Amino acid sequence: MAKSNKPIFWGLFAAGGTVTAFVTPALVLITLFAAMRFNMDMFTYDTIHAFAAHWLGKLIIFGVILLSLWHAAHRLRVTVHDFGVRADTLVAYVVYGIAGLGTFVTIVYLLRI
Amino acid sequence: MSRKPYIREISKTRWFLRQPRYMRYMAREVTCIFIFAYTFLLIVALARLSQGPDAFQEFLNALRSPLGVLFNLAVLIAAVYHSMSWFNVTPQAMPIQQGEEFVPGSIIVGAHYGAWAVISLIILFLGV
Repeated sequence: MAKSNKPIFWGLFAAGGTVTAFVTPALVLITLFAAMRFNMDMFTYDTIHAFAAHWLGKLIIFGVILLSLWHAAHRLRVTVHDFGVRADTLVAYVVYGIAGLGTFVTIVYLLRI
Repeated sequence: MSRKPYIREISKTRWFLRQPRYMRYMAREVTCIFIFAYTFLLIVALARLSQGPDAFQEFLNALRSPLGVLFNLAVLIAAVYHSMSWFNVTPQAMPIQQGEEFVPGSIIVGAHYGAWAVISLIILFLGV
């Protein structure tokens, strides 16, 4: 059987699609509340830092960012094709490259907290 | 080559405008642009968090601009559309068989919406 990297990217897409479907609307609602100054005590440096300093918090943040990033990257590749761009290999390198970079800096920032 | 090659007269860039179901498909696919952008907002937040309280305060001030509110509002609409389109196809994506019968799609979809509500309430309870 020919080797293919499709299962990896498709697996991340499916897992990410499920996690973003469950988690992202509520997450965006929180950042929207923070942006609208809904409650000035809720999005403070101390509370967010305490969450990100704990290993479980780090794991949750990494999981959410990793999966939503690779979900969106894979779907973006398809969407670009649907808008008429047929340079699929180049598009794949660009979107997966950006997702890989995002994953790398997320690890770096998490380790610094 | 045949002398009269068949050429489909369909635009590569505007094909989805022809039918409502293609439009819904594209709306679903386009949600990924907002999810992608929002993930980078989270990464920027993480970067500023790792740089200390002053840097994080600067991030918060930028988030509280009209553009920040508008961006979050747009992402919220896209994210909810993504969730609904994702859950609505779960009976096709993972049909569950019980004996001879398949579990009705409405039960599978309903279970996902229920879990979505519970998870959202937990996140909002912890975050707000």
